Amino acid sequence: MIRVTVSEAAIDMAAAITALDGLGGGAVATFTGLVRGDDGVGELLLEHYPGATEAALEKLATEAVVRWRLAGAIVIHRIGAMKPGEPIVFVAACATHRSAALEACGFLIDRLKTDAPFWKRETRGGEATWVGERASDHDAAAKWR
Amino acid sequence: MDVLYFAWVREGVGKGQERVDPPSDVVTVADLIDWLGHDVLREKTKLRAAIDQQFVPLDTPLGKAREVAIFPPVTGG
Repeated sequence: MIRVTVSEAAIDMAAAITALDGLGGGAVATFTGLVRGDDGVGELLLEHYPGATEAALEKLATEAVVRWRLAGAIVIHRIGAMKPGEPIVFVAACATHRSAALEACGFLIDRLKTDAPFWKRETRGGEATWVGERASDHDAAAKWR
Repeated sequence: MDVLYFAWVREGVGKGQERVDPPSDVVTVADLIDWLGHDVLREKTKLRAAIDQQFVPLDTPLGKAREVAIFPPVTGG
């Protein structure tokens, strides 16, 4: 089972976990990313490339399912305006054993950061700046190749 | 073809999308960026691109591209 959602709506983690719990695996692992309030960020705006984003996430989820023999993988990413502390991204994997589920979650979040067309804009005190890419994100994604 | 812009590239161009018909000597994505002539596209090292929704290097030939997207490095997650 693969489920990919890109939406302005709040992430329903309980529903996602329940869906994976019912697949007959022995392990469900999840990762949740929260909006950070770095240096006084008041609002985060997420822009994306409709169509290409969903395709990129489905490709990653499919790769995870094949590589770790998952029973299921879920990727949910919010778009639009968010406040610090709110969940922005959620990935989850269901596998026979914990190591596969945990590794698949690491793969999904690391590769999502470099492979999916999202852009973050931070607003501090009324001034908006687009977030730049980080070399550490590329290093993290490269270790799964 | 349709050219799409995102994030600060979209803001700099002043629109999210335009339809263009480049001449035959516009062969690669980099050629297209030069031909489009927008100020915000001048520093190509800061730009990334996709042809028909697949990420590609800027030296990729356009071929029969229907949709080309030009944008900054991605920062999701």
